[in-house]
Amino acid sequence: MVDRFNALARRLPTWAVYLIGVLPAPWFLYLGATGGLGVEPIKALEHELGALALQLLIFGLCITPLRRFAGVNLIKFRRAIGLLAFFYVFLHLLVWAILDVQVLSQIWADIVKRPYITVGMLGFAMLIPLAVTSNNWSVRRLGPTWRKLHKLTYVATVLGGVHYLMLVKGWQLEPLIYLLVIAAILSLRVKFQNLRHA
Amino acid sequence: MAKRWTNELTRADVTPEKSFLNRRQILAGIGAGAAIGLGGSVQAQEDLKPNSWEEITSYCNYYEFGTGKDDPSRNARALTTDPWTVKIDGMVDRPGDYALGDILAKMTIEERIYRFRCVEAWSMVVPWNGFELADLLNMAGVQTDAKYVAFETVYRPEEMPGTRYPVLDWPYVEGLRLDEAMHPLTLMATGLYGKPLPNQNGAPLRLVVPWKYGFKSIKSVVRITLTDTQPPTSWNKSNAREYGFYSNVNPTVDHPRWSQATERPIGGGLFASKKDTLMFNGYDEVASLYDGMDMAKNF
Repeated sequence: MVDRFNALARRLPTWAVYLIGVLPAPWFLYLGATGGLGVEPIKALEHELGALALQLLIFGLCITPLRRFAGVNLIKFRRAIGLLAFFYVFLHLLVWAILDVQVLSQIWADIVKRPYITVGMLGFAMLIPLAVTSNNWSVRRLGPTWRKLHKLTYVATVLGGVHYLMLVKGWQLEPLIYLLVIAAILSLRVKFQNLRHA
Repeated sequence: MAKRWTNELTRADVTPEKSFLNRRQILAGIGAGAAIGLGGSVQAQEDLKPNSWEEITSYCNYYEFGTGKDDPSRNARALTTDPWTVKIDGMVDRPGDYALGDILAKMTIEERIYRFRCVEAWSMVVPWNGFELADLLNMAGVQTDAKYVAFETVYRPEEMPGTRYPVLDWPYVEGLRLDEAMHPLTLMATGLYGKPLPNQNGAPLRLVVPWKYGFKSIKSVVRITLTDTQPPTSWNKSNAREYGFYSNVNPTVDHPRWSQATERPIGGGLFASKKDTLMFNGYDEVASLYDGMDMAKNF
């Protein structure tokens, strides 16, 4: 079963993952423009893009444990998943700034003044060097530093989850579930490292 | 005691719901025109037309039915609104369980087109039908020592799937100072566009306080209690730093997590622009209720 899945994944070209991965963007935009996201499409679009970005970040972090614990090999797609996550975080940010806040001075004021936006921006800022170095040349050039640098994904994903929890009103279930999943992935990581050092 | 307040927000000819217009609404429109002619407040009425039925009934915050904006419209039909009883107790001369039908028989239903400003910085214009809360309170006989009015929403977990999660401390409760409750703008709504209130909008009876953030306008009211102490309110209990007892619409006092200076009118689509939020949501006639109060402290 796992072998057949791996064989199938091996045959799937990376460009297909990029292509499928970007399709939700025009789809959500189309839905928002035609009433498919309800009577307030701006917040809805912002939410859909943010949620997708967080899901992709989490999926990216699952790839290593999936191979280690389940034998499922998706390493080939990890870069695509990471870059797609960055793409959606960036779109989420654009929709927030251009369609939602609209006022340039207020965008900056919000980043500085509103902790949940500060946290979100910090997460986005961390993803920039990761996106920039997501190419073979950078991997070769940076060597072992590249692996260390890309551990920032963990921090950025945690910040994304916290950002979501901070922006909702009251104690809502969905952001707590995201944070729980992120915590589970992190604990797997820590456990594995302890095993290695033992 | 009805008709103490004159509508000035009607622009019935441009609403898509003109088929719902009844004679009373048309008369109200003429009345509003006359008021403007006499030099009434003209502020901010130029393009205030009601939001569509679809907008008002599909985009709701009613956490007892889920936290998503479209959850209430999908889940609220399970709520039984007939029969309905409102317990009126505390410092009143005639406490008791009042059947909604008996209440309505004594009240005059009128149309009120009000601006509605959510604490989340979006807004609508809603053509409510209802009666003044003052009339209901007078029916029960408010005692002289009463200073506040407490309200409670129905709590039926079997009909309200959102209450399975402790998003808030159920049942939802709200409160007003007595003078706020007695103000002629303060409405108990029973309908929208001349039709019965849909469940997701707080059927069969809800409060509407147009100069306060929307969460003050408690839905599906089953209990009204007159007291001499400030009653607890749900969002204040949940997060006192973010939601005060008064919660008057105020563009100069930001929510800790977002600005309240502007709002997005619902219905403008993907490229809707924002507009400036008005002090007391444009209802300046209530300003005297808060004379001498620090609105930043009593937010």
